[in-house]
Amino acid sequence: MFYMFSGIILICSLLTITTRKILRAAVYLLCVLLATAGLYFMLNYQFMAAVQLTLYAGGIVVLIIFSILLTHHISHRFKHPDITKLLMGIGAAAVGSGLVIATILSHSFQAGSTPELPVDMTVIGTQLLSTEKNGYVLPFELISILLLAAMIAAIVIAKKDKNKNSEI
Amino acid sequence: MSSNIFDFATLTGSIHTWLSGMMSSGWVIFTEMVLVGLVFLLMYALVGLFLVYLERKVCAIMQNRVGPNRVGKWGLLQTIADLIKLLMKELIPIRKSDPLLFNLAPFIVIICSFLAMAALPYAKGLQAIDFNIGVFYVMAVSSLSVVGILLAGWSSNSKYSLIGAMRSGAQIVSYELSVGLSLLAIVVFSGSMQLSTIIESQANGWWIFKGHIPAFISFIIFLVASTAEINRGPFDLAEAESELTAGFHTEYSGIKFAFFFLAEYMNMFIVAALGATVFLGGWMPFHIGNWEGFNQIMDYIPSVVWFFGKTFFLILIIMWFKWTFPRLRIDQLLTLEWKYLLPISLFNIVLIAFIVLMGWHF
Repeated sequence: MFYMFSGIILICSLLTITTRKILRAAVYLLCVLLATAGLYFMLNYQFMAAVQLTLYAGGIVVLIIFSILLTHHISHRFKHPDITKLLMGIGAAAVGSGLVIATILSHSFQAGSTPELPVDMTVIGTQLLSTEKNGYVLPFELISILLLAAMIAAIVIAKKDKNKNSEI
Repeated sequence: MSSNIFDFATLTGSIHTWLSGMMSSGWVIFTEMVLVGLVFLLMYALVGLFLVYLERKVCAIMQNRVGPNRVGKWGLLQTIADLIKLLMKELIPIRKSDPLLFNLAPFIVIICSFLAMAALPYAKGLQAIDFNIGVFYVMAVSSLSVVGILLAGWSSNSKYSLIGAMRSGAQIVSYELSVGLSLLAIVVFSGSMQLSTIIESQANGWWIFKGHIPAFISFIIFLVASTAEINRGPFDLAEAESELTAGFHTEYSGIKFAFFFLAEYMNMFIVAALGATVFLGGWMPFHIGNWEGFNQIMDYIPSVVWFFGKTFFLILIIMWFKWTFPRLRIDQLLTLEWKYLLPISLFNIVLIAFIVLMGWHF
């Protein structure tokens, strides 16, 4: 199962960047994200898998597809990129992945001896809001405030001016 | 208390031991997967066909007509005849479409409804997978089906389809919030997202009765929002026949069209089943507090009957909506969600959290 999922992830990631039709790229990206959710299900971490499904697959990809629907026509194709850009991109990708692979191979992974942590929803919930040691209440609140600020900013930008003559 | 309800886990357990006696464990798992898949396929087809028949009959009764009555007794075989007709129809390829996405879209829609069906509890002990995040999982999976609709609309390269897909996208993305919040109300009450635990917590009364008025409010919000989420009337803007011919599946023909059609009806079934499970106790018989005698009598009705009874009750309500209300406009639709349903459900959640904190519920 693991090889199947990772195969899907690898192939679809490659297809995402090589396809010349933009909506197909979005669909391949969706496949990558779904296969990642499958990996989480394999690890028995169902909460993470469902978050992956709702946020990335159900949220972000839908948003991407929606914006493509609004802006692109079906006959639109991307041109092939310049050869220099292509070579530079491949070079950067090779260096990056080389670094990561070198680090992974040089590190000796040992099977953890600690008992399996419970991934129950209630545990996650209380951990998220606990103020004690190892509690996550501060990051949680910070992220909430950041999100609120972003939402207010989005509304301000999108809001139409009441008296239209003032600008433009 | 509910000890004499037949537990399907004994049946599935005995099948498991019988299979284990014949082959190695890997093959047992494989055979069981095939069996479960076959059962789901069969159920999908049967329930889907029956729902189409039911819709036509209900519509006919509401409009003072007879409805299908020629094929089979009371027209029961009408939808099977329709299915055979659809199977034999030509699949028309669209020349200027994107063939890969065009063919993929119906499958995305139908796979999503299959995924959601896997987590539903049909009777006591009869549940394919019991996730500890059951409610969240069903929400997550059913939110994916919008991708299929958007792809269908875009790749068929037709303006009707595109408008239908855009409408449906806006509709599903916004109504998802209300569905989620109204389900969250019961999650707060029962303190768990696991569907089996939610059902067990209703052994002394269903949440719609135990949760006072807030539970009832969230039930109504759930019904309205989920009707919108499955693109059914009065929220069927995505395929408004009078304006968009057939919306996002205008260009589809034959069995591909049937896939969309079937998936739509199955989504209705899933939504009704989820509502029945969360608000009306799923397979849990009608129990009242400590009335042991009354509860005992109710237990004699099998849990499957309870589940399907409640589900079809909700389905009838959803159908009743469709044939009674006129279709909304897109701005009315978005106003209803963002200006009324969402604030009400947010306030409702706070109220419920307060009730649970004070221990006022039963």
